[in-house]
Amino acid sequence: MSIDRKAVDHVARLARLDLSEVELDVMLTELQEILGHAEQIQALDLDGVEPMSHSVPMVNSMRPDEVKLSLTQEEALANAPEVEDHRFKVPRIMEDEG
Amino acid sequence: MTDLHWMSALELADALDAKDVSSREITEALVARGDALEERLGTFLHRTSERALEEADAADARRSAGEAKSRFDGIPVAYKDLFVTKGVPTTSGSKILKGFVPPYDATVVARSDAAGLPMLGKTNMDEFAMGSSTENSGYQKTRNPWDTERVPGGSSGGSAAAVAAGMTPWAWGTDTGGSIRQPASLCSLVGVKPTYGYVSRYGMIAFASSLDQAGPLTRTVADAAALLEIAAGHDAMDSTSIRDERPALLDGIDGGIEGLRIGVVKEFVGGGSDGVRAVTDEAYARLEKLGATLVEVSLPSFQHGIPAYYLVAPAECSSNLARFDGVRYGARVEADDIIKMTSRTRSEGFGAEVKRRIMLGTYALSAGYYDAYYGKAQKVRTLITQDLAKAYEKVDLIATPSSPTTAFKIGERTDDPLAMYLSDIFTVPVNLAGNAGISVPAGLAPDDGLPVGLQLIAKSLDEPTMFKAAYAFEQDLGFATSPEGRASI
Repeated sequence: MSIDRKAVDHVARLARLDLSEVELDVMLTELQEILGHAEQIQALDLDGVEPMSHSVPMVNSMRPDEVKLSLTQEEALANAPEVEDHRFKVPRIMEDEG
Repeated sequence: MTDLHWMSALELADALDAKDVSSREITEALVARGDALEERLGTFLHRTSERALEEADAADARRSAGEAKSRFDGIPVAYKDLFVTKGVPTTSGSKILKGFVPPYDATVVARSDAAGLPMLGKTNMDEFAMGSSTENSGYQKTRNPWDTERVPGGSSGGSAAAVAAGMTPWAWGTDTGGSIRQPASLCSLVGVKPTYGYVSRYGMIAFASSLDQAGPLTRTVADAAALLEIAAGHDAMDSTSIRDERPALLDGIDGGIEGLRIGVVKEFVGGGSDGVRAVTDEAYARLEKLGATLVEVSLPSFQHGIPAYYLVAPAECSSNLARFDGVRYGARVEADDIIKMTSRTRSEGFGAEVKRRIMLGTYALSAGYYDAYYGKAQKVRTLITQDLAKAYEKVDLIATPSSPTTAFKIGERTDDPLAMYLSDIFTVPVNLAGNAGISVPAGLAPDDGLPVGLQLIAKSLDEPTMFKAAYAFEQDLGFATSPEGRASI
């Protein structure tokens, strides 16, 4: 299984990366090499082996539901590139109707 | 008395106790050392010298009043720039966080502060901790104090170089696949990756959440135990923080290793460069001389550690780094719709390695490829953990080199991502399994005269045994505490 240029373009869109044609070409070569190295594990017979997402067996970590101080609105907004009316401001999200 | 900047934190604590020195004098000496070397080494992204001096004065006042916050009150520390620090710029080595001033402290920072450690500054690192040489920093290169043409290792390379150059007795780093132990090895330091969940991750800018752990970089084993004790323990702010009690590390560290069984990995015999092999073979013999029994163990799945890690870690990173969208913090590149704004912000803000890992992770998680890549890697993770568990039936610790090579030249591996990834061959399995690992200075390689580190791996929460063995080895070798064990810079 080898990654192709079409897949690289698609993944860049999914990852919200605006890459140039040159960057996409280089990315293709590098990902092919890295994924080629990963082929050794694709060849392994892993039927019946449980996948592991975490090293510590975890159950839900609960704490008492108490009201505590958290960041103020001012602190939470202090690092935002753009703020309006005490809210994060972003460019247009919806297309114009009609 | 030894120069203040070469004294260990424990020596400084004793000197403070005896009133031979003040925190102000220690901090001034370290700031002066930093002033003299920073330009050559590029270790810090942001220095907080004024603040450190103020905190030192406060520590001196507390000590005079008999109200020291801890045994180490007034001994300065540096933080990898991945720990958020209230009111102090934090970038995680990335341009995308340029100008970010966090509104809170990471738990590691808060606990070090509660022990009275003045903050010297934030150290350079590979962007978002992705790299093994600190060359992926969005800001600057850091040079190895042992040879300034070479890398300090990474990703905690700034912290490592600062400790190795005598700019701080100790520093905090983080280790996702070797990012504390490998730079420790390349700079002749002690570096610890504790058991997963041992130290809170609250306020660590996340790279791969199931693998990230904070740990100390120091010049002595006892200092590493002391710094780790300062921040270890359960934290309600990190739901993966383990609840078990953390046993004492410093107390009993000199217990020796008589009767300990130490595993030498069959598959690794002959691994690493000639110089690394020569030094680590001697190190194994020394452990035996000290009373340990060497036992051959087989860890066949370790050979799959790198490919498994380089699927699991990028998958988690692609998800974690989705938060950098130009809305809440950091840089923004303006555009007239939100997708363009986000995509352009991320393309300009992230460096090449970070983009590569986001792409790799997004691909490994995407529909149609998930089972073949991410799913398989998760199963290999199980095999590695099982192999280690089987080994621990026969041994108490496992010994390996920390890094397959000594420090490489700046630029040598930057065009070959895969060669860079292989720097982590001995360290990544430890993160995948969640076990503990330490790198301890083992001497200089006979071929190139550069530092080599011995890695000791312990089962989860068996840090005390790991520290005892590292301490016994360090004391018997006598290298780290001798002038030959210091970078001549």
